Amino acid sequence: MSEGNGYKSGSRLEKVLAEGHFAITAELGPPKSVDVAVIDRKAGFLQGKVDAVNITDNQTAVVRISSIAAGVLALQRGLEPVIQMTCRDRNRIAMQSDILGAYVLGCRNLLCLSGDHPSFGNHPSARSVFDLDSIQLVDMVRAMRDEGKFQCGEEIRNGKKDPVVPPRMFIGAAENPFSDPIEYRVVRLDKKAKAGADFIQTQCIYDMPRFKQWMAQVVDRGLHEKVKILAGITPLKSARMAMYMRDAVAGVTVPDELITRMEKAEDPTEEGIRICLDQIEELKQVPGVAGIHLMAIEWEHKVPEIAERAGLLPRPSVE
Amino acid sequence: MVIAERKPIAEIREMLEGYRKVLVLGCGTCVTVCMAGGEKEAAILASALRMAEPGKEFVEATVERQCDREYIDGARADAQECDAILSMACGAGVGFTAEVLEGVRVLPGLNTKSIGVTEQPGVWVERCLACGDCLLSLTGGICPIARCSKSLLNGPCGGSQNGMCEVDQKNIQCGWQLIYDRLKALGRLDLLEEIRPPKNWSAAHDGGPRRVVREDAVL
Repeated sequence: MSEGNGYKSGSRLEKVLAEGHFAITAELGPPKSVDVAVIDRKAGFLQGKVDAVNITDNQTAVVRISSIAAGVLALQRGLEPVIQMTCRDRNRIAMQSDILGAYVLGCRNLLCLSGDHPSFGNHPSARSVFDLDSIQLVDMVRAMRDEGKFQCGEEIRNGKKDPVVPPRMFIGAAENPFSDPIEYRVVRLDKKAKAGADFIQTQCIYDMPRFKQWMAQVVDRGLHEKVKILAGITPLKSARMAMYMRDAVAGVTVPDELITRMEKAEDPTEEGIRICLDQIEELKQVPGVAGIHLMAIEWEHKVPEIAERAGLLPRPSVE
Repeated sequence: MVIAERKPIAEIREMLEGYRKVLVLGCGTCVTVCMAGGEKEAAILASALRMAEPGKEFVEATVERQCDREYIDGARADAQECDAILSMACGAGVGFTAEVLEGVRVLPGLNTKSIGVTEQPGVWVERCLACGDCLLSLTGGICPIARCSKSLLNGPCGGSQNGMCEVDQKNIQCGWQLIYDRLKALGRLDLLEEIRPPKNWSAAHDGGPRRVVREDAVL
């Protein structure tokens, strides 16, 4: 599929970023039962409005349809999935097996994450795996793609006389510019780039000055030329949500100014969208930012409006 | 040392159902230091059980270690008069007592928690997971396997804030913040730039129950 065309994976997201378009990705959380009508509904909102859609992997350690299965359903509904894969539930054997499986089912983007600790989820007594960490996972997926080798060093082929046929994924990773130790965050991003990450999606940004500080360090190290940085945005729906994000989500800071703006708003929905649009405008100007990752939690129906008003539609066509 | 904590009395009483005469067997080493299963704790538990279970008889004894045959042998005479032993040792001691004093039922009086240290009087914390392949030279003597909730090897996840771990922001320090601070103080932040490869977990329990042999000490 991608062989010979100069792309690593040939995914739409890879091409959009390679051509220098300001990318937009969204998120689609798989349902908690086998009732998949919700995927139809959410996919309807997102189709044609974003370049790719992250399919979360049992996010907050709550059991849902597997990210690969839901990613294939998204693919069938005209969306390009970014399959999220965490290190929490699978060892390196299961992860590599699932990467082969995801690839043959048509998935071309893989986001490598540590994963939320089981203590936050609905099975807090579960044993956590963490055989690999997210950086080791990135390195493994890169070696599978670029060296045609499994983590053990064995070549990815059926038999000694058969050709090496590796899965070719566009490799993503996450970074949180707002957690500690702050001085180490860019070093860790550098490690992810060295391990083979092609793109980064950040934790959602509310504290713009601190994000810009971090981006300046990223640009100083020249990392924006090695990895495409997609800035994370989660639109605020209410003042209550803003306070919840500030108080209850580790590694997220929300400045008082935004909370006041939401509290004073007559129409909080509109105010939340306006804040989000302001952020997108500001991010377009930040050197090194290649696009946004819009995490509109249970607000997928607002994504078309946000993309439209942010001037991000129509999405470019790539070949 | 091995850190342990006594099981709740209700659970112990349930285990003891059907036994008439019970030997409460303390252990004189690790669990004495962490105040869970030494001579004193065995005496306290035995007297609590005498009050709660007036129909049963409780005998007390404490051996130096329940992880060595010759010390366990020292409790054989007491054990033979009882129909159950409530061992106040770590899990290894409970199991070995059952092996050495074959024929007597041995029940665990403690929950074994970790390999750890006395952080301050009355507080014991985990410091080693016995992974079998020590990497403390790379992390300034602070173990990421034991002290990071996710055992990450390449730095902190996004849940590190103000030095604390998102899993319990009041009680668990971020192991990677500690490593960062220590290496910074030592002038060795360069160690954190390198990508650490996947760990060889076969040296841990994943490789099966482990065995250490010193040929020169084998009889």
